[in-house]
This record gives sequence, structure tokens and C-alpha cells, in this order.
Amino acid sequence: MSDLLNRQPYARFLGLETATEDGVLTVTMPFADHLVGDPILPALHGGSTAALLEFTAIAQLAQAYPALKLPRPINVSVAYLRSGRPLAVHARARISKAGRRVANVLAEAWQDDPAQPIASLTAHFLMSSNN
Amino acid sequence: MSFDLNDILPQLANGSAHTHALGFVLEGRDEDRIRLRVPWREDLVGDPDTGVLSSGLVTTLLDHVGGMAVWVAAKQFVPIATLDLRVDYMRAAHPRRDLIAEARCYRLTHSIAFVRAWAFEDSPDDPAAAAQSAYMVDSRAGRPIGANLKPKGSASA
Repeated sequence: MSDLLNRQPYARFLGLETATEDGVLTVTMPFADHLVGDPILPALHGGSTAALLEFTAIAQLAQAYPALKLPRPINVSVAYLRSGRPLAVHARARISKAGRRVANVLAEAWQDDPAQPIASLTAHFLMSSNN
Repeated sequence: MSFDLNDILPQLANGSAHTHALGFVLEGRDEDRIRLRVPWREDLVGDPDTGVLSSGLVTTLLDHVGGMAVWVAAKQFVPIATLDLRVDYMRAAHPRRDLIAEARCYRLTHSIAFVRAWAFEDSPDDPAAAAQSAYMVDSRAGRPIGANLKPKGSASA
């Protein structure tokens, strides 16, 4: 896990793991019983998937702008496309625009097929420098 | 099967593994408004330097209280699924404080519920975050118990 996510207690609560391959950051939320929101289907709680997407966006921004303080979300919009099955969830983010004060980030989460995303996120973050 | 929704609201607040692990508790219901509390806990914090609850947790709280508002509007438990959820984070939550979320379903159709929700420490007049969301109603329609456990292709997604 990246230092950034490892430092955040709630990212540890979700069990998030970070991998970087050829500069592309992927955050994985391995399946765990305490992530289940619907025991009947069963399905992951949408909130855990939304939190994964938000952490992925933050980690992507931190990787691209290491000199900045932790970006703070202004707003996030999550679309739930498919129910989350009791499997690991992976997420990747893309920075669509990073201005001096605000960044716009898109992220997608999937399980076994990246072409079949279970949720997508659009978010704005406030960027501020360390000094 | 019939039971009073009020009797099962506490279970709907934290009856799933995730909401139980997060420590959600029903705070109360006032007609069509419902409140859910998440007691502050060290492991639910985002930035450990500030002791403020993680924004991702706030999103989960708003998602869940919104779903409960749908059940209140429907006057019964029905399977629902969040279609989309937008959260504005107006200010940082106060360090080491519980958060309360209040939600109201302001329009319920046969298949879709429209909800607004707020999260705050003391008063909804001073919200840390606000959400607008839509839910599919009776989302499990036709799908049997354990549908998600079947191999891909044998059940519709």
C-alpha cells in the first residue's frame, strides 16, 4: 500500500492495497465480510465502493502532485452501474483537469472485467500547497 | 408478511456487516425524516493529523441514511439499490465528534426514489456535507437469494 493510503485509518479499515505498474496506479479493495451491505444478494455496500473510488482519486492526485498537501474533496458524484459481488474491487483514476486550485478527477471501479465497471466517480478536489 | 417498519428501523440502520462494523445507530425518526448517527472512532478517520472522520465514511453514511428514507417513504422494507449519489463537502467535520445524518425522500415513484440528505454534528442548519441521490426501488425484482454468487452469465447483472 502506498504511504499515503497506509496513513489513513479509514483506508486501512477498508483494507485498501495500492499497486503501480508502468506509472498506472491501481487501488484494490480485497473482499472482506465487513464490506457487505446486502447479505441477501449478497452485495458490497455501495458506500465502501464509493470510498474506494474517492481514495483512488486522492492517491492519483498525490502521485501526480507529490509537493501538494492531501487534496480535499469539494464534491463527488458516484454512479452505481452494477451491484458489487463478494469479490475484490479494483479502481483507477484519471485526472481530467488540474488547475491551480481545483482538480477534476474521473475514476472507475470493476471486479473481474475492467470493461464491466461496477461504479464510476466524478469528483472535484481542492489543491493546496504545503507552504 | 407484515411488521411495523418502526420496529425494524434499528436493524436496518446497522443490520448488515458493513453498517455494523461502522457502528451506525438509528438516531430517530420524525415523520418522513430519519436520522442515523456514526459515533466517532479512531479507525474511521481520514487524515490522522486532524482526527476528522474520512469523507468516504461520510459518503457511506449519507448513502445509507438516504436508503432508510426510502423505506420510510415506502412505509415498508423493499430491496433498493443506489443509482447515483452526489455529495458536497461544505466544510471539514469537527475533529473527534460523532456525525449525524438526516435524510428525506421527497419523491417516490414506482421504480425510483429521490432523496436529499445532510450530515452535521449538532444542527442540520450547519451541515458538513449534503447529498442528493436516487435509488432504484425493488431492485432485486426477479433475482433470487444468492443471485450474486452464481457464475457470471447465469444471472443478469
